[in-house]
Amino acid sequence: MNETTPSQTVGPFFGYALPYGDGPRVVPEWHPDAIRIHGGVFDGAGEPLPDALLEIWQAGPDGEVPRAVGALTRDGHDFAGFGRCGTDAAGHYWFSTLKPGGPTPYLALLVFARGLLKPVITRIYFPDEPGNAGDPVLSGVPPERRDTLVAVREHDRSYRFDVRLQGEQETVFFAV
Amino acid sequence: MSDPHPPYLHPPYQSTPLRAPSRPLIVPAYGPDAVELSSPVFGHSELGTFDNDLTRQHRGEPLGERIIVTGRVLDSSGRPVPNTLVEVWQANASGRYIHARDQHPAPLDPNFTGAGRCLTDADGRYRFVTIKPGAYPWRNHHNAWRPAHIHFSVFGTAFTQRLVTQMYFPGDPLFAYDPIFGSIADEKVKERLISRLDMDTTVPEWALGYQWDIVLGAIPAEDS
Ligand SMILES: [Fe+3]
Repeated sequence: MNETTPSQTVGPFFGYALPYGDGPRVVPEWHPDAIRIHGGVFDGAGEPLPDALLEIWQAGPDGEVPRAVGALTRDGHDFAGFGRCGTDAAGHYWFSTLKPGGPTPYLALLVFARGLLKPVITRIYFPDEPGNAGDPVLSGVPPERRDTLVAVREHDRSYRFDVRLQGEQETVFFAV
Repeated sequence: MSDPHPPYLHPPYQSTPLRAPSRPLIVPAYGPDAVELSSPVFGHSELGTFDNDLTRQHRGEPLGERIIVTGRVLDSSGRPVPNTLVEVWQANASGRYIHARDQHPAPLDPNFTGAGRCLTDADGRYRFVTIKPGAYPWRNHHNAWRPAHIHFSVFGTAFTQRLVTQMYFPGDPLFAYDPIFGSIADEKVKERLISRLDMDTTVPEWALGYQWDIVLGAIPAEDS
C-alpha cells in the first residue's frame, strides 16, 4: 500500500533551476520541418503570468512515442519529443518543434506556476485537421469550449495557443 | 483511494484565487493515450558531474549545514522507478534564493546556486548532497514565513503523472502557519511531504542524512 506524494506549487523561484537553454527548442528553428507554437498564459483578470513554466510532450512525425534521449542537451539529430519553456516578463512562451503524426496530431501540455498547487493538463490540437472531428477527447468537450484546445494558424509554420487559467474563455483542462 | 493533491483554489494562499481553474476538469472518456502514458527519456550523458552535489558547484564550500537528501521514487504499486529525472532547487542556508525576483534581504552565498538534478538508479534511488535551506519570508500575508523546504520535480513513468512538489524537514515549527503546506487538509497526507532524519544515511563527522521517498500517482490502465 503506497501513498501518493501530494503536489505542491512550483512557486516563483524555479526560473534559475528548471528552464534550460535548449528547452523550447525541441528541434532547432532551422530544421526544414520546424513549426513554432507560441502564446501567452493569462490569469482570471486577463493578466499575463510572467512566472509560468510550460512543458510539452508529443509523438514524432511518424506518430510514435519518442524514445530517444537528448531533451536536456539537444543533439540536433534525434527527436526527443520533450520541451520546456518558462514565460517571459510579458507572459509569453514559445516552442520550436515538429508536427506530430497520427490521425489527430496534438501536443500534451502541462502548465506549472506560482498559485497553481498542482499543474493544469491540456492538449494543443492543430486547426484544419480532418481527424479533429472524430477525436474522442475533443468530442468529449462541450462544443462551445473546443476552440480553447485548438491552436490558431498564423502562417504556414507558426501557431498561436493561449492558455487562460480562468474565466470566460478558460482553457479546457483534463483530469487524467 | 482519495485524491492526495491539494485543490486548485485555496484562498489562504493568495496566488490561487485568480489562477485556479474555475470550471470542472474534463475526464477523457477513454482515458489518456500512449503519449500521455509515457514519459521523456533522459540519459546520464545529459547531466553534469556535480549536478547532484550542490556543495561542489563552485570554488568554495557553501555556508550552512551540509546534508544528504536521498530516497526512492516509487510507482503506485511500490515498484522503483529507475532512470527517471529528479530536479531540485532551494534557498541557501540564509533563506535566500539566487533568483532575481527574490527580494529577501538575506545574504547570497557565492558558493551556492541551489539547483541540482540526477537520474534515479536501478533501485529508483536519488541522492543529493546539499545545504539545509533556511526559512524565508514572503508577502502572502502579514508576517508570512515558509518552512524550510526543497523543491522537487520528478518525471516518473507517465507525462500526466508528472510531479512537482516540496520536501520539508521534520518538526518544523512553521508548518502550522504555512498556507502552501496547509493546502493539504489531511494531516496524514501532509506527513508524506516531511523527510525523516536517518542516522544510517548520516555520514559521521560530515553530514546529517534525510530520507524521503516519492510515490507517484496511479496510472489509469490503457483499456479502462
Ligand atoms: Fe521555495
